[in-house]
Amino acid sequence: MNDAVKDAVISSLNKQSSVDSVKSVTLVEAVNMALASEMRRDADVVILGEDIAVNGGVFRTTANLQKEFGNKRVLDTPLAETLIAGITVGMASQGLKPVAEIQFMGFIYAAMEQIISHASRLRNRTRGRLSCPLVIRAPFGGGIHAPEHHCESTEALFAHIPGIRVVIPSSPLRAYGLLLAAIRNPDPVIFLEPKRIYRAVSQPVPDNGEALPLDTCFTLREGSDMTLISWGAMIHETLEAATRLAEANISAEVIDVATISPLDMDTICASVAKTGRCVIVHEAARSNGVGGEIAACLAEQSLFDLKAPVVRVTGYDTIMPYFRNEQHYLPSTAMIVEAAQKLMSYQ
Amino acid sequence: MKSTQTFDISHSCLLDATGQLTDSCPTSISAEHLRQAYATMVLIRAFDQKAIALQRTGKLGTYPSILGQEAISTAIGMTMQADDVFVPYYRDQAAQYLRGVSLTEILLYWGGDERGSNYASPKCAQDMPVCVPIATQYCHAAGIATAMKIRAEKRAVVVTCGDGATSKGDFLESLNLAGTWHLPMVMVVNNNQWAISTPRAKQCNAQTLAQKAIGAGVQGLVVDGNDYVGMAYELQKALSRAHAGKGPTLIEATSYRLGDHTTADDASRYRPAQELKAAWEKEPIKRLRHYLQTTGLWTDADEQALLLQVKADIDQVVADYTSIAADAPESMFTYLFEELPSARLNQYQQVANAAASRAVGGGSHHE
Repeated sequence: MNDAVKDAVISSLNKQSSVDSVKSVTLVEAVNMALASEMRRDADVVILGEDIAVNGGVFRTTANLQKEFGNKRVLDTPLAETLIAGITVGMASQGLKPVAEIQFMGFIYAAMEQIISHASRLRNRTRGRLSCPLVIRAPFGGGIHAPEHHCESTEALFAHIPGIRVVIPSSPLRAYGLLLAAIRNPDPVIFLEPKRIYRAVSQPVPDNGEALPLDTCFTLREGSDMTLISWGAMIHETLEAATRLAEANISAEVIDVATISPLDMDTICASVAKTGRCVIVHEAARSNGVGGEIAACLAEQSLFDLKAPVVRVTGYDTIMPYFRNEQHYLPSTAMIVEAAQKLMSYQ
Repeated sequence: MKSTQTFDISHSCLLDATGQLTDSCPTSISAEHLRQAYATMVLIRAFDQKAIALQRTGKLGTYPSILGQEAISTAIGMTMQADDVFVPYYRDQAAQYLRGVSLTEILLYWGGDERGSNYASPKCAQDMPVCVPIATQYCHAAGIATAMKIRAEKRAVVVTCGDGATSKGDFLESLNLAGTWHLPMVMVVNNNQWAISTPRAKQCNAQTLAQKAIGAGVQGLVVDGNDYVGMAYELQKALSRAHAGKGPTLIEATSYRLGDHTTADDASRYRPAQELKAAWEKEPIKRLRHYLQTTGLWTDADEQALLLQVKADIDQVVADYTSIAADAPESMFTYLFEELPSARLNQYQQVANAAASRAVGGGSHHE
């Protein structure tokens, strides 16, 4: 993101929190608001998935939408994830803008062939004759005491696929603006919603139909000693770590990557050029994750700006433990603070 | 105990293996229709032989022959409305040709060039490209039919696959949706008895593949896929139902893959020679020609003229195909997204620069 856009976004983030005439909403409600807003604006937007219409989705992200938009635009599908992804490809090829929900990320793998072999490449394999303006939404991540297969953070699987975008909001405001951008984008977008913070915080989100940019990170806190990089639910531990570090006179910049693919390395490299130190925080397993890609890009592009090794604070390379032990898997604020403090010994 | 539901699967054959009509020719199929269909089948068989020859001489990549299944594909192309959408598998050269895809484009695709799926003709602008991953195209067809239904259009989708595809979830999930949502879809299973080396009997224990429709509340039937007349007639009826909002149809068209799976396959490793010999007795072109000749609709002079025309057409197609240079290497980025993200500009520049330096005689690290 260039500085002008960044400034505008930061200033709007700051301004919104002080506007009390605007309705304060959770991330779940922000998703719902964005869907409704875009469905009112664009008759080609159609939403579909399991239990999304009458029930409004198991997390209620699509609550009341069928009442407003009818059963031709809000479709309860049979229980079949391959089908859901595949019909969005067909619908999109006809110029509709389908927004499909996969109930949990742990169930998206049946849809992988349709995403990899078709959604991501229909434009390329027809040289632009047909395209796939679709969004596949899925709640992801652990920490809500859910059963197995309901706690996945496998964004790296999608980030590795050429031809699709992967977007992860970490606040109601960004959920609203990024989802609008994802729906309006003419290419396929995987939109992963951090369900641990679906209802964790509320913030005022004006329903103004304004999309956020899709190729940029968001700098949530300015700092000079180090850069903390994260996305999704872990943004909250990361921001908390920055606050604790400030108490120890360590000034941390916090970047929400938000657009996991394509990655905005310009913003990240500019920050690291300023701070010289970098901690990458993610919930997903460490090896071959998005953090590794960011670290590799920093090694290629920012080596001589670095005063210290790039470190990662991440989930372990294990199967996500069932919920009695999931807190031992998820990175904590203390782990981020500890990693950051170690980096300060490099001058 | 009494039964709660009973089902049956009809089997249709109008033009038998000897070229005799078992019933009167449906009035919806004119003499001119049959002459055009026959000419198409002859053209496509000759094209198919030429494509195999091109592969054998290193001028084409791996190619899947349509030999023996020309009637099914031709009947699809002849009966679809112009504004319907065709969702093919990879053995549908005849239907694609009749929809407006040029034979040059078909060669270009199998010659390893993405532009082969960028159909120039507006007639097939919405048709899907050839689908290689088995049965995945059924989901696309269901999505396209859903779009038509949402927009209350009187259009339909025709989607095809082979017998092996009916074992896949994509096929069954789409069939289920077609029934549940009453989609305007005609699903054609091209049962050529072989999925590479797996014979029909080892694919599924069901007596017919058409009966899979029953489990989805869809009308299913078996048609002799080598009988052009019956095939076209059943397609006309199924398309009429779809256009009229009366729901989907699954047609199992029985045929036989007289060639190898593709040019990379050698069917003699697994297919009994006597079975192949018997199948040649039932092939579709001979029986239609016999019918047309015995009813006075086709003369020896017609045949001679057709063969000359076919040779000239194919020579032109091959000349056009071999004259097309490869696309620019950086085209691999051009259609990745509508607008290339700035994060990919470096890579785009890298491939473009490498191509430019090769063009002026320099080397490349990729070579």
